[in-house]
Amino acid sequence: MEHKKIDLTINIDTARQILTGFIRSEITRAGFSRAVLNLSGGLDSSLSCYLAAEALGAENVLALCLPYKSSTPDSGEHAKMVIEALGVQSLTIPITDMADALISRFPDMNRVRQGNIMARVRMIVLYDQSQAFRGLAVGTGNKTEILLGYTTLYGDSAAAINPLGDLYKTQVRQLGKAIGIPQVILDKPPTADLWLGQTDEGELGFTYDEVDQLLYLLVDQRYRPEDCVEAGFTESFVRAVMERVRRNQFKRLMPPVAKLTNRTVGYDFLYLRDWGT
Amino acid sequence: MKLNIALAQINTHLGEVTANLDKHLELIHQAQAAGAELIVFPELSLTGYCLQDLVPSVAHRASVDDPVFRPLLEASQNIDMVVGFVDEDHRHRFFIAAAYLSGGKVVNIHHKAYLPIYGLFDEGRFFAWGDEVQAFDTKFGRVGILICEDFWHASPPYLLWLDGADLFLFTSASPGRGLGKQPALESARWVEDINRAYSSLFTSFVVHSNRVGFEDGLNFWGGSTIYDPNGELVSRGPYHEEALLVSEIDLNQLHRTRARLPLLRDERTALTMRELDRILGCKQQK
Repeated sequence: MEHKKIDLTINIDTARQILTGFIRSEITRAGFSRAVLNLSGGLDSSLSCYLAAEALGAENVLALCLPYKSSTPDSGEHAKMVIEALGVQSLTIPITDMADALISRFPDMNRVRQGNIMARVRMIVLYDQSQAFRGLAVGTGNKTEILLGYTTLYGDSAAAINPLGDLYKTQVRQLGKAIGIPQVILDKPPTADLWLGQTDEGELGFTYDEVDQLLYLLVDQRYRPEDCVEAGFTESFVRAVMERVRRNQFKRLMPPVAKLTNRTVGYDFLYLRDWGT
Repeated sequence: MKLNIALAQINTHLGEVTANLDKHLELIHQAQAAGAELIVFPELSLTGYCLQDLVPSVAHRASVDDPVFRPLLEASQNIDMVVGFVDEDHRHRFFIAAAYLSGGKVVNIHHKAYLPIYGLFDEGRFFAWGDEVQAFDTKFGRVGILICEDFWHASPPYLLWLDGADLFLFTSASPGRGLGKQPALESARWVEDINRAYSSLFTSFVVHSNRVGFEDGLNFWGGSTIYDPNGELVSRGPYHEEALLVSEIDLNQLHRTRARLPLLRDERTALTMRELDRILGCKQQK
């Protein structure tokens, strides 16, 4: 593909100020002072952990390491680097027994089902620790994966707040680098680590660098598909990405309620979460 | 003539008028102690911004009988003020409003005339549209108030200018958006650019009081400013942090700037009217 490089550079100080302010505000307004998150050792969760520690103080953040038997040892090592660098609290809870209790009942279960079970078991542990630690669950999803629907519904997508949800993956990398995330985490290929050799870019079929530029034009700059083609993106790529965004809209919404009465949650019962705070 | 203006760049509690009132009274006290003669609070400073279905439950009437306005009116015996609130009129329409209080009296109420209903905004769904843009007299000269989207359109500031306003008091609860390379968000830069332009074009003082804090995922960027009639920045509040910004402006600057640059004197209002009549008349004929 030949197109002019779309510049997705963000101002680090401003992003950092807004995101730490957001974490602090939304957690304290909900009546909490602590946060819990699942730390995989990847870039997104590492950056979320750095921001939460900066916003709330390291002692008020609990990082959970939840390996499955197939998780690469690197993931745990990298998570440990983050925990030690920040001084946040941590807990390692292997999920193999919990996940396998279900997986082993279905010998033919494909790896997507298995991966979804792992993501949802991690969600159960996250919310259990949220109650035990009296901290809100901080999500780690970025704008690219939210738009592409590259996430397990009620699994890794489940959280109380989502600080990185308006940053593309390449912008997460910029902020992560500036904030001091270890180079080895910045350099490794992004992966959900649900099975051996899985990488995001391998599964998606394109690179984050490429799709972030296209999404920025389509979503942020409101380019029409034909404008993106004119800008140098191939038509099949533009169509495939748009279809993927459309098909995954359900993952971005609460389940629709069937309207029967004059006032219905989701349609005409409208209050922010911050209502009364 | 010098005027000490305080800009109350505050965060607010969403839908909690009493908590917000307490904060107002505290800041009024601080501003007074700092020698301010006028304090300007942001848009919807008594209620919070993204009210949605809370609108009817946070509405008040700006009168001495009202439990929220009574202490504010008492405080206005000592310092003039602009406060943001939801005004419920006698026909039970709800407006985004700003009241100018002075000497224990309600001097003026402006109803927001432009309610954005695009992008992240949904004000027109919950509020009635104001229908007037009028300047009014204060002890500091003739003043005009506009609320956020009102001054994203060029005509309301222009009308206030022709109506005699030399001091423009703009209030906002402006959600920050457009993160790029620069430190200031796109929305912040846009507002600063136009306010500077208004102060230059209208050779007037343009004061902007913007709130800070978060409501769910929306951030409010602060950065309150005062521009003088030369288009020069007098002062700017910090981005994203609460502040009480007290600045002195020299109203005699109006004389000096307009002696040099008589844009007001030379404004061709009759030509504007003729052309507006022609343009709008033509449109009506189509």
